[in-house]
Amino acid sequence: MSTSTETTQVYRIYIKASAQAIWDAITKPEWTERYGYTGLVDFDLRSGGAYKVRPTEPFKKESEARFGGELPEVIIDGEVVEADPPHKLVHTFRMLMDPGMAEEPYTRITYEIKELDHMCSLTLTHELEGAPKLAALVRGDQEEYGAGGGHAWVLSELKTLIETGKVFAD
Amino acid sequence: MNDDDRVFNALADSNRRFLLDLLFGRDGRPLTELESELEMTRFGVMKHLRVLEEAGLVVTRRSGREKLHFLNPVPILMIHERWIDKYREGRVSALTELKAQLEEQR
Repeated sequence: MSTSTETTQVYRIYIKASAQAIWDAITKPEWTERYGYTGLVDFDLRSGGAYKVRPTEPFKKESEARFGGELPEVIIDGEVVEADPPHKLVHTFRMLMDPGMAEEPYTRITYEIKELDHMCSLTLTHELEGAPKLAALVRGDQEEYGAGGGHAWVLSELKTLIETGKVFAD
Repeated sequence: MNDDDRVFNALADSNRRFLLDLLFGRDGRPLTELESELEMTRFGVMKHLRVLEEAGLVVTRRSGREKLHFLNPVPILMIHERWIDKYREGRVSALTELKAQLEEQR
């Protein structure tokens, strides 16, 4: 058990928005393309349903220019474990953009959205047993190499987008 | 206190910063493990952990009978964006302007 807690990462952010707005920002591609890594999510929101993320055209071009090679059609895949809109979403997650990460086992992400006074808390738990490469990426360790700032950065952008309608890059 | 106040207040204590460093080193730890690293009563450590939790810097999860403490880096990132990037960019652009001015004078 001690090994699994050491490989779990937990992030929490408070957002002045409804639980539904936050749920939509996580599960709908028209939202996810506007913050963080800008991937287009494709969720089949039922237990056992597929989860895929595809790159936008600009992301694909930039990534191919920067790192070389062709990006796969699906850059992240997984399966929905539990979907209880707009409060809880559990899905597995495997990063396919990097061959080393693609070889790691499926990891597991849990989103919990709780209504508080005038805001919601969004807690993201990522269980990363056996996936040290992905763990480093989502912790933001490779930000200086152009790999983005991981979950903390993504959540902070998500908050800015929902609360103000724009992100820093706009 | 607003959110920023809570975070700065939580960070303004060396014991609490030490607790964050402990969690940074190894995340998801129970109270018993953390208290063994500080020369302080269990009650004192609990009090500090509560301040960190209220500031959002620590998030707890139950795992069986244990309550595990996780470092939440999001508030620190947001303070960084709000208070550090801003001033650093200011400095950099002041220097680039100075450079441009000096070069014009030549």
